[in-house]
Amino acid sequence: MRVNFTVNGRPQEADDVWEGESLLYVLRERLGLPGSKNACEQGECGSCTVRLDGVPVCSCLVAAGQAEGREVVTVEGLADYARQRSWGAAPGAPLDSPSGEGTDSLTGEGAELAPIQQAFIDAGAVQCGFCTPGLLVAADEMLEHNPDPSDADIREALSGNLCRCTGYEKIMDAVRLAAARQSEGV
Amino acid sequence: MESVRPPKSPGFQGTSPVLARGGAPNGVPTKVTQGSQTKGGIGESTLRPDGTLKVTGEFAYSSDLWHEDMLWGQILRSPVAHAEIVSIDTSEALALPGVYAVMTYDDLPTDVKHYGLEIQDTPVLAHGKVRHHGEPVAIVAADHPETARRAAAKIKVDYRELPVVTDEKSATAPDAILVHENRDDHHIGHVSHPNIVHRQPIVRGDADAAAARADVIVKGEYYFGMQDQAFLGPESGLAVPEEDGGVHLYIATQWLHSDLRQIAPVLGLPEKKVRMTLAGVGGAFGGREDLSMQIHACLLALRTGKPVKIVYNRFESFFGHVHRHPARLYYEHGATRDGKLTHVRCRIVLDGGAYASASPAVVGNASSLGIGPYVVDDVEIEAIALYTNNPPCGAMRGFGAVQACFAYEAQMDKVAGELGLDPVEFRRRNAMEQGTIMPTGQPVDSPAPVAELLRRVKAMPLPPERQWESSEGADVRQLPGGLSNTTHGEGVVRGVGYAVGIKNVGFSEGFDDYSTAKVRMEVVAGQPVATVHTAMAEVGQGGVTVHAQIARTELGVTQVTIHPADTQVGSAGSTSASRQTYVTGGAVKNACELVREKVLALGRRQFGSYHPAWATAELLLEGGKVVTDGGEVLADLVDVLGDEAVEIEAEWRHRATEPFDLRTGQGNGHVQYSFAAHRAVVEVDTELGLVKVVELACAQDVGKALNPLSVVGQIQGGTTQGLGIAVMEEIIVDPVTAKVRNPSFTDYLIPTILDTPTIPVDVLELADDHAPYGLRGIGEAPTLSSTPAVLAAIRNATGLELNRTPVRPEHLTGNA
Amino acid sequence: MDFLRPASWEEALAAKAAHPTAVPIAGGTDVMVEINFDHRRPDHLLDLGRVAELGEWEVGEESVRLGASVPYSRIMEHLRAELPGLALASHTVASPQIRNRGGVGGNLGTASPAGDAHPALLAAGAEVEAVSVRGTRLIPIDDFYTGVKRNALAPDELIRAVHVQKADGPQQYSKVGTRNAMVIAVCAFGLALHPETRTVRTGIGSAAPTPIRARIAEEFLNSALEEGGFWDNGKIVTPSVAKQFADLCAAACNPIDDVRGTASYRRHAVGVMARRTLTWTWESYRGARHTTEGAA
Repeated sequence: MRVNFTVNGRPQEADDVWEGESLLYVLRERLGLPGSKNACEQGECGSCTVRLDGVPVCSCLVAAGQAEGREVVTVEGLADYARQRSWGAAPGAPLDSPSGEGTDSLTGEGAELAPIQQAFIDAGAVQCGFCTPGLLVAADEMLEHNPDPSDADIREALSGNLCRCTGYEKIMDAVRLAAARQSEGV
Repeated sequence: MESVRPPKSPGFQGTSPVLARGGAPNGVPTKVTQGSQTKGGIGESTLRPDGTLKVTGEFAYSSDLWHEDMLWGQILRSPVAHAEIVSIDTSEALALPGVYAVMTYDDLPTDVKHYGLEIQDTPVLAHGKVRHHGEPVAIVAADHPETARRAAAKIKVDYRELPVVTDEKSATAPDAILVHENRDDHHIGHVSHPNIVHRQPIVRGDADAAAARADVIVKGEYYFGMQDQAFLGPESGLAVPEEDGGVHLYIATQWLHSDLRQIAPVLGLPEKKVRMTLAGVGGAFGGREDLSMQIHACLLALRTGKPVKIVYNRFESFFGHVHRHPARLYYEHGATRDGKLTHVRCRIVLDGGAYASASPAVVGNASSLGIGPYVVDDVEIEAIALYTNNPPCGAMRGFGAVQACFAYEAQMDKVAGELGLDPVEFRRRNAMEQGTIMPTGQPVDSPAPVAELLRRVKAMPLPPERQWESSEGADVRQLPGGLSNTTHGEGVVRGVGYAVGIKNVGFSEGFDDYSTAKVRMEVVAGQPVATVHTAMAEVGQGGVTVHAQIARTELGVTQVTIHPADTQVGSAGSTSASRQTYVTGGAVKNACELVREKVLALGRRQFGSYHPAWATAELLLEGGKVVTDGGEVLADLVDVLGDEAVEIEAEWRHRATEPFDLRTGQGNGHVQYSFAAHRAVVEVDTELGLVKVVELACAQDVGKALNPLSVVGQIQGGTTQGLGIAVMEEIIVDPVTAKVRNPSFTDYLIPTILDTPTIPVDVLELADDHAPYGLRGIGEAPTLSSTPAVLAAIRNATGLELNRTPVRPEHLTGNA
Repeated sequence: MDFLRPASWEEALAAKAAHPTAVPIAGGTDVMVEINFDHRRPDHLLDLGRVAELGEWEVGEESVRLGASVPYSRIMEHLRAELPGLALASHTVASPQIRNRGGVGGNLGTASPAGDAHPALLAAGAEVEAVSVRGTRLIPIDDFYTGVKRNALAPDELIRAVHVQKADGPQQYSKVGTRNAMVIAVCAFGLALHPETRTVRTGIGSAAPTPIRARIAEEFLNSALEEGGFWDNGKIVTPSVAKQFADLCAAACNPIDDVRGTASYRRHAVGVMARRTLTWTWESYRGARHTTEGAA
C-alpha cells in the first residue's frame, strides 16, 4: 500500500508498504530516517519515540497505515521543531533553511541543536546513545508542557524510556540543565 | 595526506557504497576540534566527539546501515533445548518468491564449521543436534524481512527430543547425557566429568587448622540468577560481498580481530579478504564478545552475491548472545571473637549452558576473586563451570567476580551479625591493603583502599526519611510500587546495607593481552593534526573521547582525528574486562611517545643548530610547539613537520601474567585490581514485598580519572546494572524443558528511571604506578558491590535471610 | 494482509461485517506487538484511527460514555473526578507513550486478565457498548469477560464505547508489578464505594483466568457496613472487618504461577491491596462526610 504523511515538516510518500509494517520501519527503512531506534518493538523501551500529531508515541506500535495524513516529528527534526517553537511559528510548517547545512560531515559539528540535545551532550547523558533519540523526544515534549519539572516529574515523564548505560543520573542532569537554560532564556 | 582522507567506513560518503540512508555519516570515527593550546588533554571532562551525531540521530548504528539492493537475513532457531535433528527440508522456503538463499549446516563452504572464543565448540549452524533453546539451525536471505520470516517458517525441521541436563546434579551424574561428546579441548584433562567445562581449585594455607581456631563459623548457600546484558541496540550488521571474492562486514562488536579470527576460517577466506569495520554499537556489556550474526550474514552475502543485513529483534536477541552465568555458591567463613577472619572455604558452580564461550575465564575470576578484598591466609576455593542444555552463558560486566561478591558479602554480614559487630567495622578489620597476598599467592602491588572506600560511603549523609510525604499527601512515585499506587506509606521500612568488591582488570592467566595503535602527525590546512587509528570497539564507554585526550596531552596538538575502527590496523583486544583505557589507552600513549620522538628528531635535524636546548633539554610538545621543560619555545610543529607525515603503528602490552596452577591455583594471574564500595538505602513495603531503592552511593578508586565525567557515568551505569540483578532482572529457564520463559522486555525487566535512585559517587585517585597515567580500569567494579549492598539493605529492612538474587516480591512475603 | 481504513463508524461496522476476522487496531499497543513478533498475521487489519467519535467522551447524568479509543492519558487528565478509579488505573498503564495511544477499547477487546482497566471498570460498574450493522447492545461488564483473552463480542461487533457509572463515592486502584513503572500487573485491585446504594464493588486483575469481582467479599462488607451503621456514623472500619474483607478478596482469586509471580503471592497481594484500598477509600469517605457535615 501507499502511505502519505508529513515528517519533520515535509510531506513524505512511501510505496509498496507491507500492511504489517510499523511507522518505525517506514521511517527507518523507507524514508532514510534511522534516528528513531528499534530496540524492543513492543513499547517497552521508548527508543522509537516520535511525536505523532504532537503526542509522544512508540512508533513501533503505530501501523504505517495509521500514520496516513498525520504529522510526525522525529529526532532528526527536533532541532527545527524546537526552533519553531521558540519563534512561535506554527509547528510542522516546512522551513526554508533547515539545520544541517554547513555541518561537518565527520562529527556533525556545526549542526544547530535543540536545547535538550545540547544539554544531553554537555551533561554526559550520552554513552552508547541508542536510547538517546527517544529520550530527547520525550524530554523535549515534557519541557514544552512543564518548563520547571521536579525530579519526580522528570522521572515520571521519562519512565517509558529505558537506558542501559548511564544509570539515568546524567540524563536527570541533562533535563535539569535544559530546564534551567530554558528558564534563563539561554 | 592519506590518513585525513575520509576513511573507508559505512558512513563516509564518496569512498564506500555503504551509506546510512539519509546520507548520514557513520558515527564511530570522528574528528575532535574542541579546545585550544593543549586544552582537552587527560584529566579534563572533554565531551564525547560522537555526541552531536548521537543526539541528532545521525550516528549510524549497525542496524541503521543500508545498501542498494540489500537483502535481509533471517535465522531459524530451535524451538527445543535438546534434540536430534532427523531431517531438514528447505524446499518450500526456497520456492517462496523473494527468497534468494536458504542455508543449513550442509551448505557450509569449508571443513571449519565451529567457532568459539577459546574452545571452538559452537556450530555455525546446528549439525545433527541442537543443544539449547534458540540454537541457529538454518538461515535465509530474502528481499524483505517479512519474506525472510515467512520463508524461515516454511523450513521443515524434524526434531527428536533428547533428555536435558540443567544443573550440577543432572549434568554430573555418572550416566548423564553428554552435552558434547568427544571433547578434545585443553580442559578435558583436569575435569572430573565431560559436562564440566573447566575447574579451578585454589588452596592456600591450612583451612582445617584455621577453622579450629574460629570462634564462629558461618555457612551459607546462595543462588545468583541468570542476567541478560540487555544492551539496547540488538545484534545487527551488514555484509557486503567484494569484487575480490571477499566480504566487508560492518558490525557492532566488542573485538573486531577476535571476530575476524573466528569468521574467516568458516568462510574459507584468508583474513585479509574479510574486511571488518566497526559500525555504531548500541551497548555491549559483554554480550558482544561472542559472535552472533556475523558469520551468517557473510555466508548469505557470499552465497547470493548481494549485501545482506541482519537485525535481531528483541526476542531473538535474548537467544542471540550469551548471558551472565547463573551460579550456586556454597560458603563457609570462620572468624575469631575479635573480628578477624580465620578461613574461607567456598565452592562456586557456574552454569555455562550449552557452549563454552568465556566459561573458563569466568571460572578463573570466580575462584581467584572468590573471597573478596579481604586478608585471609587459609582458604580452600573451587569453581567449576558446567555444560548443560540451558542457554549458553559467557561474558557480562564483572563476570565471575559479580557472582562471588554477592555471596561473600552476604557472608560478611552474617559473620558480623554473629559477632555482634557493625558490618562496616568487621570489613575494615579484614580489609585487604597494598601488600596483601591473594589466595593465588599474588601480592597486591598497588593501592587497595578497601577500608577507605567503605569509610567514604559510610560517611556520606543519609537521604532524608519519608521523602514521599508532601503537603498533598503521599507522592507514590517516591514509594515502593511507584506509579502502581500500592502504598501511601503503609508497611514501608527503611534499610541500609554496605558492600565492597574486587575485580581484576584486563585479560588474566597468561593471556597475551596487547593492543595496537597507529598514530600519525602532519600538517593539515596550516595546523598540526594527529590521527589516532585503533581497532578499539567504541561501545559507548567513551574510549574515543579518551584517545583524543591522550593524543592532545602527548603531542601538544588541539586537533585530533579518530580514525574509524577496523581491521586495517592491528588488534586492540576486547572492549571488556575494564581494560580498554588501560591497554588501548596505553597503546595510544605509547605510539604518541614514539611519534613524538620522531618529530623531535625531525626538529633536531632541521633546527638543532639554532638553539642549544635541542641537544640538551627535555623537550615537550605543547600548544602546537616544541618547548623546553622550562617553557621556552623552540619551534612551531608546523615548521618542524613541513610536508612530512610522521606515522607509527605499535603494539603495547601490560606486564605479563601467568596461568593459575591447575591443582593449587597459585600464580600471578592478574595484572591489576579494581575496587568499589556501595551503600544502599532502600525502602521496602514489607507487606507486598516491593522495594524502592532510595539511594545507592558509591566510592571507587580509579587510579587516575582521564575523563572525570565519563568515569562517573561508568560508575553510575555499572551500579544500576547491579541494582537490576538485585531486585528484578532474571532470565527464567524452565527446569524441565530448559526453555527460556521470558525472552522479552515485557517479562525481562531492567530498571526504569523510576526504579533508579540518586547515585552519589565519590571518586578516589590513588595511582597504580604500573599503569599508564596511574589509571585503573573502572567499568566493572561498580557492578559487583551494588547488588550485595542492595540485598544487605533489604535484609536490614526485613530481617530476612535472602540467599538468592534477584529477590522478588514473593521472597519477601513468604509466598515463593 | 489487507489494511482497511474506514473513514467513519458506519464504514467500520460495514467492514467488520464483511470481514468478521478482521482485527481492529486503534492505539496498536497490543495488536502491533503481535504483528511485530510474528504471533499474528490477520487477513485484515481494521484501522479505527479515522473514526473520530471513538476518541471522544460524553459526561451524562449517571454515567460517562467513554469512547473506546480515548487515550489513557486523557482519562487521567480529564475524567479524574467522574471516573477516579479508572483514572488511577490509567496512570498505571505501561508508559507515557503507551498511555498516549492505548484506550479502554483495546483492553476490553484483548480481554487479557492483566489489562489494567478491568478492575476499575468492574468496581465502578460499567456497560460495554457493542455495535454491529445489526444494531447496538449494552453488555454489562460482569458478563463481558468469558474466558482467558475471550470476551462476549460477536465476530461482527466492534466496541463503540464503555458506559462507566460516575463515581458517587471514593474509588481506589492498586497494582502490583515488579518494577516501579512500565510493568504488567502481577495482580491488581480496584475498589469503589457507592454511598448512594450503600454498596461496595471490587475488581481483581491477573489473579484468575478473567478479571473478576470478589462478590462474597463485597457481600460480606456490604452487610458489615450496614450492620455496624458505618455509612451513617462514619466510624473507622474495624480492623477485623477489613481483615475479613481482605481474606475474602484473596479467596476469590484463582491465580496461576507464572514468570511474573506465584499464585500464592498473587492471593496474598490481592488481600493486602484490598485492605489498603478499603482504608484509603473509607478514610476519604469519612473525610468527605465530615466536610459535608461541617458545611451543613
